[in-house]
Amino acid sequence: MSLDKVKLQHIAMLARLKLTDEEYAESVEKLSKIVDFVDQLSQADTTGVTPMAHPLDAVQRLRPDVVTEVDDRDRYQENAAAVSAGLYLVPKVLE
Amino acid sequence: MEMHAQTLTELAAGLEKGDFTSLELTQALLDRIAAHNDKLNAFITVTADEALAAATRADTARSKGGGGVLNGLPIIHKDIFCTRGIKTTCGSKMLDNFISPYDATVVERLADAGAVVLGKANMDEFAMGSSNETSYFGPVRNPWNLECSPGGSSGGSSASVAARFAPAATGTDTGGSIRQPAALTGTVGIKPTYGRVSRYGMIAFASSLDQAGVITRSSEDAARLLGVMAGFDERDSTSIDQPVPDYLAGIAHSIKGLRVGIVREHFDAGLEEETGKKVKEAIAVLKALGATTVEVSLPNLNLSVPTYYVVAPAECSSNLSRFDGVRFGYRAENAEDLLDLYCRSRGEGFGDEVKRRIMTGTYVLSAGYYDAYYLKAQRVRKLIADDFRKAFAEVDVIAGPTAPSPAFKLGDKVDDPIQMYLNDIYTIGANLAGLPAMSVPCGFVDKLPVGLHLVGAHFDEETLLRCAHQYQQETDWHTACPEAFK
Amino acid sequence: MSVAGWEVVIGLEIHTQLATKSKIFSGSSTAYGSEPNTQANLVDLGYPGVLPVLNKEVVRMATMFALAVNATVARRSVFARKNYFYPDLPKGYQISQLELPIVEHGEMFITDADGNEKRIGITRAHLEEDAGKSIHEGLAEFSGIDLNRAGTPLLEIVSEPDLRSAKEAVAYMKKIHTLVRYLGISDGNMQEGSFRCDANVSVRPIGQEKLGTRAELKNLNSFRFIEKAINLEVERQIELIEDGGQVVQETRLYDSDKDETRSMRSKEEANDYRYFPDPDLLPIEISDEFIEAVRKTMPELPAAKQTRFVDEYGLKVDDAGILTSSRPLADYFELVAAASDSTAQLAANWVIGDLAGALNRDGLDIGDSKISAAELAGLVNRIHDNTISGKIAKQVFEAMWDGQGSAAEIIEAKGLTQITDNSALEFVVDKVIAENPGQVAEYRAGKDKLIGFFVGKVMQETKGQANPGQVNQILIDKLKA
Repeated sequence: MSLDKVKLQHIAMLARLKLTDEEYAESVEKLSKIVDFVDQLSQADTTGVTPMAHPLDAVQRLRPDVVTEVDDRDRYQENAAAVSAGLYLVPKVLE
Repeated sequence: MEMHAQTLTELAAGLEKGDFTSLELTQALLDRIAAHNDKLNAFITVTADEALAAATRADTARSKGGGGVLNGLPIIHKDIFCTRGIKTTCGSKMLDNFISPYDATVVERLADAGAVVLGKANMDEFAMGSSNETSYFGPVRNPWNLECSPGGSSGGSSASVAARFAPAATGTDTGGSIRQPAALTGTVGIKPTYGRVSRYGMIAFASSLDQAGVITRSSEDAARLLGVMAGFDERDSTSIDQPVPDYLAGIAHSIKGLRVGIVREHFDAGLEEETGKKVKEAIAVLKALGATTVEVSLPNLNLSVPTYYVVAPAECSSNLSRFDGVRFGYRAENAEDLLDLYCRSRGEGFGDEVKRRIMTGTYVLSAGYYDAYYLKAQRVRKLIADDFRKAFAEVDVIAGPTAPSPAFKLGDKVDDPIQMYLNDIYTIGANLAGLPAMSVPCGFVDKLPVGLHLVGAHFDEETLLRCAHQYQQETDWHTACPEAFK
Repeated sequence: MSVAGWEVVIGLEIHTQLATKSKIFSGSSTAYGSEPNTQANLVDLGYPGVLPVLNKEVVRMATMFALAVNATVARRSVFARKNYFYPDLPKGYQISQLELPIVEHGEMFITDADGNEKRIGITRAHLEEDAGKSIHEGLAEFSGIDLNRAGTPLLEIVSEPDLRSAKEAVAYMKKIHTLVRYLGISDGNMQEGSFRCDANVSVRPIGQEKLGTRAELKNLNSFRFIEKAINLEVERQIELIEDGGQVVQETRLYDSDKDETRSMRSKEEANDYRYFPDPDLLPIEISDEFIEAVRKTMPELPAAKQTRFVDEYGLKVDDAGILTSSRPLADYFELVAAASDSTAQLAANWVIGDLAGALNRDGLDIGDSKISAAELAGLVNRIHDNTISGKIAKQVFEAMWDGQGSAAEIIEAKGLTQITDNSALEFVVDKVIAENPGQVAEYRAGKDKLIGFFVGKVMQETKGQANPGQVNQILIDKLKA
């Protein structure tokens, strides 16, 4: 197993995923398989190869600095579970 | 011929001649869906009322001599495309309650052309899967054999088109999600060049790989739809400002002299023998049509799947961070604190495969692993793209199998992610390199369809469509209909 | 504890909000102070399926900044995603630049404690999007999220660790503040959070080459707080080390209410930002033509303007420095100078003195001055032509500030014209001499300083309207007689 539960707990925390014990057991096994599988990449000789982040050799297009949006808050907030006075609500954040 | 049995092109002619109205056609297909969808589970949402209203509008437009090039023609959208005022779930519990406030560019363009949307097709959750078994709304079944998978992630789209619920459906393809389901259901599927069709409003899985396309029954129909969907969109920075050729005009030309690349590595172990035979027969047909074959090599083909399973999860882990239960989507109840809200909303809202990919992606991007996995994969991706570039210096199109075998049984690969991932070995390369590719029905093995995979050079969908269309003039695999859905 | 024996090392990361109309990746307005979430569109909210498109103006503004600080404009720069979960970060990642920033290798000059010019290196400046705001008051067990600010363009300006005291840090930040407003790329409004900084602070024994472990101070949004927070942190670190402890690398929050910095380590612990190139955005390419076009639009920069004010107007260096601290102030001064017949220094004295005082008193910017440049020049001209004395001018200035009219109108209405008639003045001087025989005797015995007393008396008699120079001369003549 290339991954253990402790490592996985750390990853799950970074990804903000709560897993059940059962899910952890299954994930350790399956993710280890996946990691072992992608480990094949280490065999490739990539000396001097530039990493390719994007399939096309294109450059960023620029948008004129114009305000095009009108307020549509109420409609956007119909999808939110908890809203008050136009604010999205989350459990109190302590700084 | 009954309306449901006709292709998009035939239906367009029928509407034009006045053989039937869009309202009649739409009603007939909605009735068919109501009667048979239970067998397939191809839909997440059927939009009957909206469809009938759109059909009526299309008929009115036609009576006044107006209407777009798809006026009154019924289609289905994969439920990954945002549709204004209509539930858009992406196959996930996370978005089970999500009503999109806007239309995707693809949806908008097809609607502007007069298309009538019958509903939203079932799919693997967030397009992560090759069998449609990861959908929160249950697996889709293959019309050719209800015990089999219709492929994925655009499984609802492929099953719907194969079952004659609609002549066409949209799909998305990140690693083969249009082409593999097309192959497994005996339909035509095309994934255009990355940047050809706008990604705006298409819920992202892996942004540098995702591309929208269509599933149809003929390549002529694919050409017709793609012409409407394709083209520059200022809302997508990765959309490319290139003129869209007249695909329909292009397909009529012969393929005499077309250089078809045969990839040495495609016929290695891993490809099921009978499937390989069908593909070779199809290549023989292309030769008979005047094409020449050239053997080419994609030496890094075997690394495409591991490369993909680093790049795609990495991008997905970031793309799916926005689902946090705050502004939209599933929100866990009675959260103790912010961390609990995040972890439970995401833990409960996402299914197993999605969580697995998020964790894989998080892992390969995390401190200490980034260079070994993510950066390494980006370098190998370059090698793979270079392999294709070299090949396309010698050939116009590459032909081979779409999937290593015909449709597999539901449940067969669900427990082994690697076996599932390897199903995409022939399709993933086109996504990594951003190339256009399509799957065309080329025969049957054990009464299950097999697909011929064609890959083209950047922005050369035209050659793919022409090659496929000319092939379909000589063969009739694409007209075969599953017995239960005649 | 003592700072003696220790060297303080500071680097600043200044977050400058760019003054665009729309956001960096969406067409939402960037206007400040609207109702919550009314300026957050689908892109700003991170809705499923939406995509970012870069605002051209931010590229132009970053280029301008680069040219102003002698930096390299990257011909190719790349956006990356910084991944972390926080309620004010709707996508769960911030679009920023990591490996290939748009600006690199710049510099800024400040005046150090010894009055010498000192070069501060600017490592880089990169583009990124701002986050929203969390509101904690009045929502019981909840916090409220307002995403109006989410997606506002920021230029993060990172200095080399070249600053050696809190004072230098403030001087550097003020220079940058002046510069970005000069360039018109930021309003620099610190109250609204348009200009804020984080400070990396460490200490090391004098002579030691290796840098000490640094702490990052966050949330510094006023020049005063920066100085206080850095000094507090320096004290804390020295005390800690002298007591045998070790500084740990961490983020500390400055609390202005309690006047302390405190660790935010708990929040930091799990941080692993997993940066990678944003696949939704392509590399920014900037051509030589673009850079040259921007160069042509560059305004005169503060340092050049200050030099010119000294050369062209003959101003004192310090005064030129004050007048060039903001472009509107410098422009105002130039208008006054152009419209006055007097020396430019007299005009400068009025702008820096009474005008600045009145603006400050009423909390106004130069743009909102109740006295226009032309009007102030009118006042200066009345001093220059001896219509009024400098002292009376202060009275006239206040009346002008109150809106009672132009200098000439007020002088006329109040009868404040200076008495320059020699015979009239001699009459008053004679009267004062006659009324103060004791002081006259003392003066004649050699107590020259008493001349002031006599001038004061004359001015009193004339209600300040006598020409003081003239009075002085007449007095001397008569007392020496």
